[in-house]
Amino acid sequence: MTHYLFYPGCSMESSAKAYYDSLMAVCKPLGLDLQEINDWNCCGATEYVSISLTPAYALIGRNLALAEQQANGSRTVVAPCSACYLNLAKADYYMRERPVLGEKVNTALAAGGLHYDPGSLVIRHLLDVIINDIGLDKVKEKVTRPLTGLRLAPYLGCMAPRPDYDHRWSNPEYPTELDRLLKVLGAEVIDFPLKTHCCGGHMTQIAPSTAFELIRRLVHAADQYHADLMVTLCPMCQMNVDAFQGEMNNHFHTDYHMPILFFTQLIGLAFGIDPKELGFGKELVSAGPALARIGVEAPAGEKGGEPPRKPKKTDGLPMPRMMEEERLP
Amino acid sequence: MTTQTVSPPDTIRFLEEVSAATAGVSRLEMCIQCGTCGGSCPSSSDMDHTPRMLFAMIRAGMREEALRSNTPWICVSCYHCTVRCPQGVHIADVMYTLKGMAIRAKLYQDSTAPDFSKTFVDMVEEYGRSYEFGLATRHYLKHFPLRLPSMTPMGLGMLSKKRMDISPRRIEGIEQLTAILSRAKELEAA
Ligand code: SF4
Ligand code: SF4
Repeated sequence: MTHYLFYPGCSMESSAKAYYDSLMAVCKPLGLDLQEINDWNCCGATEYVSISLTPAYALIGRNLALAEQQANGSRTVVAPCSACYLNLAKADYYMRERPVLGEKVNTALAAGGLHYDPGSLVIRHLLDVIINDIGLDKVKEKVTRPLTGLRLAPYLGCMAPRPDYDHRWSNPEYPTELDRLLKVLGAEVIDFPLKTHCCGGHMTQIAPSTAFELIRRLVHAADQYHADLMVTLCPMCQMNVDAFQGEMNNHFHTDYHMPILFFTQLIGLAFGIDPKELGFGKELVSAGPALARIGVEAPAGEKGGEPPRKPKKTDGLPMPRMMEEERLP
Repeated sequence: MTTQTVSPPDTIRFLEEVSAATAGVSRLEMCIQCGTCGGSCPSSSDMDHTPRMLFAMIRAGMREEALRSNTPWICVSCYHCTVRCPQGVHIADVMYTLKGMAIRAKLYQDSTAPDFSKTFVDMVEEYGRSYEFGLATRHYLKHFPLRLPSMTPMGLGMLSKKRMDISPRRIEGIEQLTAILSRAKELEAA
């Protein structure tokens, strides 16, 4: 078992639950021991830093300080979300690069009885750890159900491979890590030219037409290359390409159906793990038909594959009661 | 013969102010105006000014024009420019700095993005975690009420597939976090 400190990030508990479930399912076969940082807080995404600098970095600093306290044996923090990874990595890097920022963050942390020594932790993305620590040989050993016949578009987005101050990726614009991993799983991997292009980030919430154009470029390219699926390592990329694909289609009067899954879901599938444990069916653009083509019957999700075209009458936004009823034992 | 001395304070001051408010070492003064950033930018067509032009304006001390530019708000933080810039300017981080300065100076043209960031930050300060459902409802009702019908299938999908929590989660150390953030805000104001 290789031990790591683990920073899940907010979306792993909600919108990227499929990422979380599939990661938990593949930890054991991969020999990954992830110790969650106790009582971690949000990293601030791409929002806090445009409001105010010191508080934004103090918010991230609390996580680093808690991780440092908890570090025993491992000083490596693994983050599966690209935005969280980048925020934690940038905070550590900028506190070193500009000591005045480090001092301010630590003065703020002191108000909560905490302290962080910049450089004392190593911040890494989950994919980097799987490729470079666990290794592709070990991954290959565990493959019992090769993904033969599945054509995949490896999509990394921006914030894992860039700006990469600590030089962890093979290339900031055209990294091959995800390609290599998916090939080991037995899939056919297309040389996806837009693999590190932007998914639109928070623009889906702010300037939808800007975001829709970026999403359109991605799914259009994947479609032209006859990919069955796109594969991602970032909750924000998954959310934008998946959940906003319908609205994007309405916007451009197109009809794309390009599913996008997390790479851990495909690892799990190739390891022969029951698809039910891997969060399949949570995607809004169903991956079911693509998986059926290689003989995998993936669960359709709680309420069928696609969201209902004509939802039953609601009072505007979805009603809270639905969820609470479902939560009852 | 007398040498003419151009007094630089005002122009330099703005450049320095931007640099000082940026997280790392901005290296903004190293910009050689090569234009690689704008040429690498996926959203430059929606921007008032290319990043290069914006940096020239900052250097020229055009404070108000620079802070009114929509450029930082259109930036999607893709870091393409940042890894290609021959001078190592922390471009994407400078964009964050300019957003913050524009908010404080109330010079932004459109309140959608500042409101979104503020709402997000409010939730994080309250719970210590982000809260997508609260954020989405508050934000869309205010800024995109007409978009709601076309978003309903997506919202329903997210809920029925249990990808959105109806109730927020609060961290245990919220008081500790509040103390840290209040001290940080004092430092920021100082
Ligand atoms: S790429 Fe760098 S040096 Fe060139 S114009 Fe942009 S910021 Fe200046
Ligand atoms: S980080 Fe911003 S300015 Fe730079 S290329 Fe990306 S969108 Fe353009």
